[in-house]
Amino acid sequence: MDYVFQFGQMWVLREEFLDGTIATLKLSLLSMVLTLVFSVLGAMLRTSGPKVVRWLIMAYVEIIRNTPLLVQIFFIFFGLPAIGIRLSADVGALIAFTLNGTAYTIEIVRAGIESVGHGQSEAATALGLRRFQVFRLIVMPQALRVIMAPLGSQFILLMLNTSVASVIAANELTAVAQDIQGRTFRAFESFIVVAFIYFALSLLFSGLFAAIERLAFGRIKTR
Amino acid sequence: MRALNVNDFTFLVFAARWTILLSLLAFAGGSAIGLVVALLRVSESRIARWSAIAFIRVFQGTPLLIQLFLVFFCGPLIGLPSDPWLAAALGLGLNAGAFLGEIWRGAIQSVPKGQIEAAKSLGLHYFPLMRLVVLPQALKLAIPPTVGFTVNLIKSTSLAAVIGFIELTRAGQLINNATFRPFIIFGAVGAIYFILCWPLTIWANRLERKLALAYRR
Repeated sequence: MDYVFQFGQMWVLREEFLDGTIATLKLSLLSMVLTLVFSVLGAMLRTSGPKVVRWLIMAYVEIIRNTPLLVQIFFIFFGLPAIGIRLSADVGALIAFTLNGTAYTIEIVRAGIESVGHGQSEAATALGLRRFQVFRLIVMPQALRVIMAPLGSQFILLMLNTSVASVIAANELTAVAQDIQGRTFRAFESFIVVAFIYFALSLLFSGLFAAIERLAFGRIKTR
Repeated sequence: MRALNVNDFTFLVFAARWTILLSLLAFAGGSAIGLVVALLRVSESRIARWSAIAFIRVFQGTPLLIQLFLVFFCGPLIGLPSDPWLAAALGLGLNAGAFLGEIWRGAIQSVPKGQIEAAKSLGLHYFPLMRLVVLPQALKLAIPPTVGFTVNLIKSTSLAAVIGFIELTRAGQLINNATFRPFIIFGAVGAIYFILCWPLTIWANRLERKLALAYRR
């Protein structure tokens, strides 16, 4: 092997990598928040909405889960402008990741809600709490305990998946790497650098989720 | 720009076979790697366990797209031919190996310890013990999540489009570039993936329910 590694060139471009990292963080965090909101709403409707709504949510979940994220991104990013809705790559990516992520997390949240015994909400109703109060005060706090861990790993997956947004030239880390690779012809160096950044981000997020879990529930869960 | 015609859809359907073939290749490679990873992961040697954990962490902690780029752009540096087929199959195979390894480790570890102790006391060495006692029992537990994983693998093959491998998604992109009818084209592409994946999803769910029934006491 007569290839000479030149990481010095990467160090010169460190600010671009940093900007890409921040953009990835922004895109991931925004998608995570939107995903969380929609999956709680979706799971509520999925468990106690009208039959048509329940059926529609089921169909949505199955369609998203059985088609590739990349195709969904193309469908949204190229499809919406074709019917007159213009959007930037960043907004298109955000919509795609939220739509995609929600299909996975709805099921996680639903499983959490269903893990709370029926007697709990019956007792709360008997005490005179309204339906939303029962959900907010009784069911959700208990469901969260079950939801947190799988939700955390799903969110890490979401963060890693944001790299696919580079395909539509959204503003994020992988696009930065491709750009640098195109200018410097240093493919190995630029991709290995972002691989390390992604790895660090996934460690950061799993640490963050573990910390939130510990704060919320007091003790460390042992496997 | 030209109009969309029937040939475009036949092109898509024919492109789907490359998706299927790539999935099969990646699954075969992933299974071989996954079995080694799973066995290392439950081995008694600490170095073996740690190297398996490191492999799994790295491949589960970085985006698949970056892994594909690294294999595609950097394979030639270590003497591999520059070929989208090789890069896609190798990248997806390595990635699948990490995920299957982790799935199968769980299955292996849920075989009761008494089984291994009994087999050892009967004088079985490592390979017969694994082949005759542990793996057949682990297999039953491993099948439902493995089928579930193949759905992910089929979907992942779409990323091979990004490194220029012409499969279903890339075919859709090519037609869209010529005709610009994104809704119909990517709708059709999605529908073909759905037809490939949904039966597997249903099968995986059914197997899982059956297994849950069998293990409920």
